[in-house]
Amino acid sequence: MANKVLMKGNEAIALAAVKGGVEAYFGYPITPQNEVSEYLSKYMFEQGRVFLQAESEVAAINMVYGAAASGKRVMTSSSSPGIALKQEGISYLAGSELPAVIVSVMRGGPGLGGIQPSQADYYQATRGGGNGDYHTIVFAPESIQETVDVMKESFDIADYYRNPVMILVDGLIGQMMEAVDFNKPTTKRFLPPKDWAAGGMNTHNGRNTVCSLYLDPYELERHNLKLQKKYQAAIQNETRFELVNMDDPDYVIVAYGTMARVVRSAIEILAKKKLNVGMIRPISVWPFPKAPFKNISRNCKGILVCEMSLGQMVDDVRIVNNGALPVSFFGRAGGIVPEPEEVVEAIMHFESRRVD
Amino acid sequence: MEIKYQKSKGLTDKPLSYCPGCTHGIIHKLVAESLEELGVLDHTVGVASVGCSVFSYEFFNCDMIQCPHGRAAAVATGIKRTHPEDIVFTYQGDGDLASIGIAETIHAANRGENITIIFVNNAVYGMTGGQMAPTSLIGQKTTTSPMGRDAHMHGNPIHISEMFSQIEGVSYLERCSVHNPRQVRNAKNAIKKAFSYQKEGRGFTMIEILSTCPVNWGKTPQDALKWVEDEMTKVFPLKVFKDAGVESHE
Repeated sequence: MANKVLMKGNEAIALAAVKGGVEAYFGYPITPQNEVSEYLSKYMFEQGRVFLQAESEVAAINMVYGAAASGKRVMTSSSSPGIALKQEGISYLAGSELPAVIVSVMRGGPGLGGIQPSQADYYQATRGGGNGDYHTIVFAPESIQETVDVMKESFDIADYYRNPVMILVDGLIGQMMEAVDFNKPTTKRFLPPKDWAAGGMNTHNGRNTVCSLYLDPYELERHNLKLQKKYQAAIQNETRFELVNMDDPDYVIVAYGTMARVVRSAIEILAKKKLNVGMIRPISVWPFPKAPFKNISRNCKGILVCEMSLGQMVDDVRIVNNGALPVSFFGRAGGIVPEPEEVVEAIMHFESRRVD
Repeated sequence: MEIKYQKSKGLTDKPLSYCPGCTHGIIHKLVAESLEELGVLDHTVGVASVGCSVFSYEFFNCDMIQCPHGRAAAVATGIKRTHPEDIVFTYQGDGDLASIGIAETIHAANRGENITIIFVNNAVYGMTGGQMAPTSLIGQKTTTSPMGRDAHMHGNPIHISEMFSQIEGVSYLERCSVHNPRQVRNAKNAIKKAFSYQKEGRGFTMIEILSTCPVNWGKTPQDALKWVEDEMTKVFPLKVFKDAGVESHE
């Protein structure tokens, strides 16, 4: 019997981080993710670990930078406008090759936007607003269980690649409650010692410096090529997705996170209408899963991309599809979670929604 | 033969990147000597900011972390909170600390973070070529205030130490200068005192040091030192603003 507990998404994220070995948390209040900090403010204290409410998101991500550079497992969490403020720090983490975990609980935008669940920060997460040729490894789970599982593993992944990892969920996953098992085993990785960390010379041989500055353009190009090699390894090893009903579908829907759950219900309704619809559900959105698109059956009439935004992931689908199949788009914005019937309608009117 | 003087073990062998006549080199020496004399180099982490002193991560012979512009106090907070046994310091210019990084610095001070900030004030943005800084003097000509700083247009020079003297979390705060040997000796004592306070866990310490920028001021090194003495110290008086050690004895 599984030891499941009923827990709110944001609190489950916090507890999963503790289980994943987080040693320090720095954050700044923003809805809809406040329960992450609130939970950790007590729990980290009780565990003798570090919790600090920073004066801004900018300060929080830079505290993360300091803790990561000196060799500790560290995280922050925020929501859309707050993640925007952290982009500079994320670029520095990537440039200095520092591991850290960033939880992004998306709300509607742009600007101050709203506080209802949204997926309008797909670009922000997968393209990043920081400067330079860098990538953040981004996982976009669809349930609290999946969020907990990937959250626990994310610190290992960040340490392994010495790169920031982002957990991308929407406000619905943060705010809802589900039964969750915290003791599911996770994949163990071989992690080399952090002999590069600048935590005092008495902790390692010689003198360590952490920086992202390379004034010699040839040296900077070499540094960038080294980063790219790492990103290629992440593409090889960390691409994750789920296939639903993909044997011989009439249509394929691509959706992630909360939207994918709505699509699951839509697929059931469509089956009753004798329409066989499958789903490719990216779990990693960077790296974006390419393989499943190559295996779509020849009888498939097209791909419908569904998002709680007005079309961001659809770009990645268009790139991977590369003109092979017709592509249509359905999305709602502003914090509206669509009804399954709206997805059903979109499949029924596939042609009028073409965006390819 | 007896060695009377040699380079501090707190400095690496890397040649300094500073311009001729710039007093960053003297301040580096004072910081390095203080860390060496306190015997803490093996568990010190320094934070290099953005500006002329960005390369300080190559000069101080301890673990060093280079950070985004203005964020040194936040980065230092992240290090110190997770490594309370380490001595943590930042080395920042006036553009970095008094302009873009003022929020991070004030809040680190207010939390009484047990770190030391070396704040080098030369009244100009040096690295980017001599633009007006928040600390530029009234009438001072810079590349972005070619007619001279004007209080109505640009505001008055910001008095960081005077502001920070009001913050409870600050345990030691002094404004020093390095324009003559007496002031250099005094600055050394101040820096060493700040690090000692950190070692004792007394909380936030900051030493503001008036420094020269002959190239961007358009002065010879000698005239630059004289300008610090004659003009800068009038606007930025040299004094101890706060000393928790003395207060606790009163």
